Amino acid sequence: MIAEFGLAALWLAAALAGLQLLAGALGLTRGGAALGAIVRPVAIVQGLLALIAFVALIVLFCQTDLSVKLVAMNSHSAKPLIYKFAGTWGNHEGSMLLWVTVMGLAGSFVALVERRLPEPTMLATLAGQAFVSLGFYAFLLLSSNPFERMPQVPTEGQGLNPLLQDMGLAFHPPTLYVGYVGLSIAFSFAIGALITREVGPAFARAMRPWVLGAWIFLTLGITAGSYWAYYELGWGGWWFWDPVENASLMPWLAATALLHSVSVLAARNALRAWTIMLGVVAFSMSMVGTFLVRSGILTSVHAFAVDPERGSFILVLLAIYIGGALTLFAVRAGSVSEGERFAPVSREGALVFNNVMLSAVLGIVLFGTLYPLVAEAMGAKVSVGPPYFNPMSALFVVPMLLVMAVGPLLRWRRDGFARVRAILVIPALLVVLAAIGVAAWGGIGVLPFIGLTLAGGLAVASLLPLRGRSLRRTPLATWGMVVAHLGVAVALFGMASESAFSVEKLVAARVGDTTAVGPWQITLKRVRPVAGPNWTALEADLDASYDGGKATAVHPQARFFWSPPQPTSESALLTRWNGQLYAVLGEEADDGRWQLRLWWKPFVTMIWFGGLMIGLGGLLALLGRVASDLKRYVARGKIAYRRERQGR
Amino acid sequence: MTTQTAGIKAKHQRLVLVVIALVALIGAALLAIWGLRSQASYFYVPSDIVAARPDPDRGVRLGGMVEKGSLKTEPDGVTIAFVVHDGKARVPVRFKGIVPSLFVEGSGVVAEGKLAANGTFIADNLLAKHDEKYVPREMKEMTEAQAKQVVAETQ
Repeated sequence: MIAEFGLAALWLAAALAGLQLLAGALGLTRGGAALGAIVRPVAIVQGLLALIAFVALIVLFCQTDLSVKLVAMNSHSAKPLIYKFAGTWGNHEGSMLLWVTVMGLAGSFVALVERRLPEPTMLATLAGQAFVSLGFYAFLLLSSNPFERMPQVPTEGQGLNPLLQDMGLAFHPPTLYVGYVGLSIAFSFAIGALITREVGPAFARAMRPWVLGAWIFLTLGITAGSYWAYYELGWGGWWFWDPVENASLMPWLAATALLHSVSVLAARNALRAWTIMLGVVAFSMSMVGTFLVRSGILTSVHAFAVDPERGSFILVLLAIYIGGALTLFAVRAGSVSEGERFAPVSREGALVFNNVMLSAVLGIVLFGTLYPLVAEAMGAKVSVGPPYFNPMSALFVVPMLLVMAVGPLLRWRRDGFARVRAILVIPALLVVLAAIGVAAWGGIGVLPFIGLTLAGGLAVASLLPLRGRSLRRTPLATWGMVVAHLGVAVALFGMASESAFSVEKLVAARVGDTTAVGPWQITLKRVRPVAGPNWTALEADLDASYDGGKATAVHPQARFFWSPPQPTSESALLTRWNGQLYAVLGEEADDGRWQLRLWWKPFVTMIWFGGLMIGLGGLLALLGRVASDLKRYVARGKIAYRRERQGR
Repeated sequence: MTTQTAGIKAKHQRLVLVVIALVALIGAALLAIWGLRSQASYFYVPSDIVAARPDPDRGVRLGGMVEKGSLKTEPDGVTIAFVVHDGKARVPVRFKGIVPSLFVEGSGVVAEGKLAANGTFIADNLLAKHDEKYVPREMKEMTEAQAKQVVAETQ
């Protein structure tokens, strides 16, 4: 019953999306202005219906209703409730339903609160949003119906991939999806503005909070995903340049560029066409990512099932939306008038540089991700990994970071380096000192060397915009920028430190043996069997002592899930302020020794702290922008009220 | 405008920006193509490796079946040696590390690493079948094409 209810809600939502598109389009014509009035309410109801369908699926999963095919294929009655719940989106159909739900709700949210856009642009935006939603509703309903019933109800479900049975599943996919799909708003705004040709500072100010919001979620989702992969896969790495990771990185790069260019448009009325272009590109990258992950042309933990029909469906959607948007851009961009001028050395100039570098990195990642697919079509099987991605992206990231240190200190429109030279002495000195120190340490690779050298200087430089300001009066948005840029420096330090100073030890240890890893002494006390709700495991009792201090117990496990039958390795982490100890239990050798893989990773946690800071910076900026918009809105309301009373 | 920028028309500035952006992006694209040619690692099956040896400096992937009875653990307890075959040729492989949970003799494996000068493949990483839904792509195709033959030979 719940399944049919959910399906009905989904069909109704799709129908309303169709209505929204139609009414929005007609509302733009001269005769259809009346129809335009229903667009906002329709958008709100459409989002709510999608939410109802999604909640219905969650209920089915929590009840483990095995008459529903999706539940039977992906869940199991013995699974802990939290994984039944989170398992709703741990499969293809469920995750696509999450996608359209977020998309519908994002549209509702815009319809509900966005009052700054001129009404025609608003109509075009909501019609654009409905147009994109419609394709994904069709995809869901025609080729991936999540509510399909089983002809015969099985006695037990097949269970969820054990790698996904982790708290990470509850947070990482929804966060990332809000980010991915939130960018659809920027896309629809760009389409709306192209249709009505209303590109300007007011448009940018309206678009900015939506871009910021999506970008914050994307940042947090990527950070969470990186940490999840780090501890769950047991390989000790935090980024693998896996195509699916790249699929999340590409929209982030585009959104980061968009975030900066939209600020230029809002503050200075420049970079008009470019900002629109980035709005189109950012969500296009989200869709390309979805295509890569959901079409089954890639195999990874994220690609749940391979079905070529779905792949071609998504490819057609991609062609329609990306091709359509780019065509519209090509036709209309010429009529978007030129923005204000600026000198090369200016805040705008620095932001343009940042944009070009981010786009170049995006290009590098996109090429590297698609190349294996292209090569395979031509009959060669290749894989592209860190030896390509690391140096190639660093070539553009390093100059970008240098400009990031200077850019925020420059004035809008026109400035000279002479003015900021004096202020930059401290960070420059830090960089030189760090370079000498790291060189003296010796034996460090090129990229970690650059990272360690730059991190300190960048951190100081990112704080410089605050100098000479009253800290309490500094706008929240400025604080946001400072915190986010500082986060970049912190994350950079973590990455460089992890790759420069990590110590790895691989041993076969007898019970009672002690192994040294960096400053740690690790003793294997015993290995014993333990059991969980749907798994059994061998657990090692390790005593870890740092620098001869008190021993702390760590318990890495080798787990065996029985539905589906699959072993996984649960690494154990011990976090200190200056790094993490990472322990993995391997197999038992014939002579009773146990394989242990141990890492000491100095300051590795800075990578994710940095990521969180970047997200927090975005949040501060968002709060600051929304607060000042509200203030302006209230003030305008008061003026209108006063005028009314004066009888004007 | 009283500044130098007054001399440049807005249209020209846009043109200059577009040209700069295009140059940077084309540069990135060319660099990417060059990087991909020199850094992408190719997939080999044992008979490919025997026919044309890859450069010892170049990272490659080797896919095949783990020969039954060939898997040995060395005295250090963490280095393993085994033979990968595809029914036509055999390549000895050495790997130091914790093997994937589903790595067993007689099943498929993809090894990432380099072919040493003495003909032994030194693997940095092993990819084994993870579960029914997660199979390294190359291996899936290999098992379809060759599994029957391999099974017939090993039985």
